[in-house]
Amino acid sequence: MRNDQFLGEYLRMQGVSRRGFLKFCSATASLMALPPSAVGQVAEALATARRPSVIWLSFQECTGCTESLTRSHAPTVESLIFDAISLDYHHTLQAASGYGAEEARMAAMEENAGKYLLVVDGSIPLGNPGFSTIAGISNLDMLKETAENAFAIIAVGTCAAFGGLPRANPNPTGAVSVSDIITDKPIINVSGCPPIPVVITGVLAHFLTFGTIPELDALGRPAAFFGQNIHDRCYRRPFYERGQFAETFDDEGARKGWCLYKLGCKGPTTYNACATLKWNGGTSFPIQSGHGCLGCSEPNFWDKGGFYDPLSAGMWGSRDALLGAAAAGAALGVGSALAARSRKKKAQAAEEV
Amino acid sequence: MTLLEFASGPGLQWALWIFVFGITWRVVGAVFLLARKDLSKPRHRNTVRAGLGAVLSRSTPAHAFEKKIRFQHFTGYAWHFALFISVLFFAPHILFFKSVLGFSWPHLPNTIIMVTAIIATAVLIALLVRRATHPVQRFISNADDYISIFVVLVPLVTGILAFAHFGARYETLLAIHLLSVEAMMIWFPFGKLMHTIMTMPARFQAGTAFGRRGVKA
Repeated sequence: MRNDQFLGEYLRMQGVSRRGFLKFCSATASLMALPPSAVGQVAEALATARRPSVIWLSFQECTGCTESLTRSHAPTVESLIFDAISLDYHHTLQAASGYGAEEARMAAMEENAGKYLLVVDGSIPLGNPGFSTIAGISNLDMLKETAENAFAIIAVGTCAAFGGLPRANPNPTGAVSVSDIITDKPIINVSGCPPIPVVITGVLAHFLTFGTIPELDALGRPAAFFGQNIHDRCYRRPFYERGQFAETFDDEGARKGWCLYKLGCKGPTTYNACATLKWNGGTSFPIQSGHGCLGCSEPNFWDKGGFYDPLSAGMWGSRDALLGAAAAGAALGVGSALAARSRKKKAQAAEEV
Repeated sequence: MTLLEFASGPGLQWALWIFVFGITWRVVGAVFLLARKDLSKPRHRNTVRAGLGAVLSRSTPAHAFEKKIRFQHFTGYAWHFALFISVLFFAPHILFFKSVLGFSWPHLPNTIIMVTAIIATAVLIALLVRRATHPVQRFISNADDYISIFVVLVPLVTGILAFAHFGARYETLLAIHLLSVEAMMIWFPFGKLMHTIMTMPARFQAGTAFGRRGVKA
């Protein structure tokens, strides 16, 4: 797609029917919590949108976020929408390398100053600039430089949004999130490990449609996708209410699809659209596949106790510590009783005198 | 650190330590005060029976006061019964107890727990209102009574709200619920909530002492 080409024109050239396009617009409007009457506006805005320049920076990450987006399923209207942005820099996907690649980034930044979208996946190490570099440039320097003239930043994945796995205790690289460094730009956190592809494209569609960033929740995530927790939208919720739980991954309850709360499901405290949008073209999501939610779209999910510990188990410490508290209490109890007896004896002795 | 991380981590740890420390201190202290040989000659040898008799007889209203304390008596049973079911038979609670104690027991469906929790809350509020308005009860109540009721009432209310996901985000409600439980655990050994552990042994002790002296309890 040429930069001056309209998106609608490009999609028609790619064989996307009007019906298919409107279906996507309806879904997008619905995802963005817009009323049905807004579908026409969404369709018109998308059809006449010009593709924005996007610079994608990958820092301390596993490439899972990129994999999620590019390999999730066969090309769809969503992926075409993604094609319809001008991805001017992405060191995993681009053909250019080395100096040429960096030149492309600099050129995109210069040509689209103040208008380009910056997408970041991966956390930024502050412990030592050498922990993660691209073309000899530290992640910190590259982020600051590229963010300076960006219109907005999309922090894709939990590493970019909240520090993620690299930030897990003891955080050997001093990893931080994008919002820990950049404080003067709008930042949209599309968290998840990895995030749902449709959520990424949904955020891009919102930007294409309105030219603004979507409404965000307290953690900077698009409220339309992260507004409800997994537990509230989970199809296994009725089993929770009835007290029907799988006790192990291969028992009768697991085979009957009962609630996975006892097996450590973090759905009640996790906000994401997995239970509604699902993965792989709406096929399934972890709970539907028989595994509890790990809570991967929440900050510090790696350090919130064992994945297989029930949510209510709590991180109360060790039994040894409790035994220590009991021993200290017992010692004080004995001491108090002896002191009381001593006082009583002295009082009696005083009376006798 | 989020509020929930604090509540389910360090907050819970400290509350448990204080809870265990305080209870052990009170119980061991009381037991050691008892550990003195009674040199008087017993009138009855079977003091255990007398002790158990006292436990039972004090669990029912004395005939002379039956009419006057009927409300107090039955609401007291309803409150404790509903509370015990809500606390001990809710699946997430059992999972917490299992993580601490190492063993578990069967749970009840959430609907039943919700009903018992609402009953417990309603009864406790009724008892609180009565305590605050009844001239005699008001006269014999002190700050300990009101604090003890408050620290039990708040976990009940926040537990119901968290269960219903009502009023705030679930993790916020859960964090407030946990913090209120922790406040209760910290207060427990030092106030009248200690009756949970002390009441029955105290009745038994009084019964055995009476039995030894030949007094019908």
